[in-house]
Amino acid sequence: MTWRPRLAEGTAPVLVVLLLLLVGLAIAGPAYDGPAGYLALLKRAAPLMILAIGQYFVIVSGGFDLSVGALVTAGVVIAARLIDGSESATTWVILVVLGFGLLVGLVNGLVTTKLLVPSFIVTLGMLLVLDGATFLWTGGAPRGALSTGFRTFGRGALDVPVLGEVPWSVLILLAILVAAALFMRSGTGRALVAVGDNDAAVRLSGGQVDRLRLLAFVLSGLLAAIAAILFGGFAGVSAQVGEGLEFRAITAVVLGGVLLGGGRGSVVAAAAGALSLEALFTLLNLLGVSGALESAVQGVIIIAAVAYAALGGGLRQRLRLWPKHRNSVQPVSS
Amino acid sequence: MTRRWALVAAAGMLALAGCSSDLPDEPSSGGSPSSDSPKSEFFDQAEYDRQLAFRNATPQGPNGKPWEQMLEPQMADTAKFAKPGGKYTLCFSNAAVNNPWRQVGFKTMQQEVKLHPEITDFVVLDAEAKDDKQVSDIQSLSGRNCSAIIISPNTTATLTPAVEQACGTGVPVIVFDRGVNTTCPVTFIHPIGGFAFGADGAEFLKEKVKPGGKILALRILPGVDVLEQRWAAANEIFGGTELDVVGVEFTDGDAAKTKSIVSDYIQREGKIDGVWMDAGATAVAAAEAFQDAGVDVPAIVGEDQQDFLRLWVDEGLNAIAPTYPTYQWRTPVVAAVKILKGEQVPKEWVLPQPRITSDNVREYVKQDMPPLHYAMCGCEGMPGYPGPWK
Repeated sequence: MTWRPRLAEGTAPVLVVLLLLLVGLAIAGPAYDGPAGYLALLKRAAPLMILAIGQYFVIVSGGFDLSVGALVTAGVVIAARLIDGSESATTWVILVVLGFGLLVGLVNGLVTTKLLVPSFIVTLGMLLVLDGATFLWTGGAPRGALSTGFRTFGRGALDVPVLGEVPWSVLILLAILVAAALFMRSGTGRALVAVGDNDAAVRLSGGQVDRLRLLAFVLSGLLAAIAAILFGGFAGVSAQVGEGLEFRAITAVVLGGVLLGGGRGSVVAAAAGALSLEALFTLLNLLGVSGALESAVQGVIIIAAVAYAALGGGLRQRLRLWPKHRNSVQPVSS
Repeated sequence: MTRRWALVAAAGMLALAGCSSDLPDEPSSGGSPSSDSPKSEFFDQAEYDRQLAFRNATPQGPNGKPWEQMLEPQMADTAKFAKPGGKYTLCFSNAAVNNPWRQVGFKTMQQEVKLHPEITDFVVLDAEAKDDKQVSDIQSLSGRNCSAIIISPNTTATLTPAVEQACGTGVPVIVFDRGVNTTCPVTFIHPIGGFAFGADGAEFLKEKVKPGGKILALRILPGVDVLEQRWAAANEIFGGTELDVVGVEFTDGDAAKTKSIVSDYIQREGKIDGVWMDAGATAVAAAEAFQDAGVDVPAIVGEDQQDFLRLWVDEGLNAIAPTYPTYQWRTPVVAAVKILKGEQVPKEWVLPQPRITSDNVREYVKQDMPPLHYAMCGCEGMPGYPGPWK
């Protein structure tokens, strides 16, 4: 068996964007003249990249998962309350958080596939349910504390031979990214993309459409729980930790060239989109641009990326042929 | 088909983004931070001078019970509210219990009520940080046969008419924490104020950081008057020094965002010599950013939360904690009982506002209390402590 590296369709543009941003960082920030600075960036971006990978599974199969931000908050708040500073509770609480993520993903998936409610609505409802429940449970002020062991994954580093100190979160991210890339090259992974492209065709050819969609939501929930462990580890307990993360993850996936509505895009590109987004925000901060601009930038990226995807390869042609109005050019409104 | 879905989804997402933007306390577009900003519009020289003078004034009242002490009081007569015989129904319209400060405060207040056998009923309505809910809460309290109404307003301007309406019912009204634009309440209870808080931190940095040192100022969000006052005072003090304020950033009170911002500044500036904060809730995250970058934590301004105090003692930080003491939640109950007994209370009840320094920080560290507990609760001697606060 011969293996040659190849890039999935749509990966190249985001890698170019990422490269430009990294070069920009190297010019703008003295900290980015060595690997340490980039490793710190990767460490900070890791939870978002993991969220984006989870979001990718759902989006590429034709859905949305808006509940991940609220799930991250719930995960951190639950962990803090259950651990309450006790080191011995770390292991089982991590399992509880992961189980909670799985459960939320399962509910999202089952309601979407069995009750035929659009995922946008299901996960929006889940967002509100989780937000409300978290608020009710904590009264807006999280109680308890995370143990040092729990925080190690988001904060600590492991001594790896040759590379030196590598943050735990980066190692976890790499493991997930490799697994996700391999999964997407498997038959199940290809079927998942096919579901997003044309679920009727998949169904007619004997594919388990519902089961594949369910799998996407479960994976998204599980990865959001892992992201919660890393976010909580990075900065400690906070009731705002997950605020806006769902849009950040969706922006990252869209920036990675994944088509909203599903059927096109690669998981590595989605992760690269998340890293680009984090690099962009870091660069903006280094340049002294106000943090308030972040949401505006995200909005512009979403609109621009969707517009680009909707126009597709026809964009250049369209612009060139603007004055001639040839019949061969289809209007985009559909 | 897919294309249509993409458009629908995108439209939905944009609509949602539009909706959600007025839910969280996001910084408004006007807040472009700059290091050499002119005097804040929230700066008020007379009030600033008054608050700074209060810090060194000797309070009247029982020693060791700062929640019963008062600074330069002008006593008001309350004989007309006297209601001998006890059996008071005390009513309380609370702005919210949505942060650890308010949680600690509210628990302390509930315990204070238990200390007064004259109070037979304590009715509490929580406005959940919504002005409209608090307006209707106050209206419904007016019909509840309250002996006295305590109000902790959610915002100043919107709640003013509601407070006036409550005053109009003839029941004594007590306002504390945030104020309102009316003098109709019998007493308005508050600690010294935001200018003193901001100045405590800024003066500490002025003293501890060498001239030319780089200061990073972290604020929660713009537009809230108590927080704006804190920054206005600090800005005033930094303006008169050689300190270089390299950044003023809004953190939304979010630990992860704080940590990222501080990490970015450490990278951008190479070295940060002092951190000023308008509230200490994310002080630990700021300190961790230095630790994770492998550099010493510089002079830092925090608050009296246990997690910060513990870090301070454990790591030997060079720090100060101005406080907005949670013991002020005891005072309205004390005041209500006084008023109903016909005893005089100050028209404006200014409470002392202590700061924690390296000299006395060890007294305030309570190892068995939760990390987000506020040390300045004045609750250690209350019956049942520490149970309800855990």
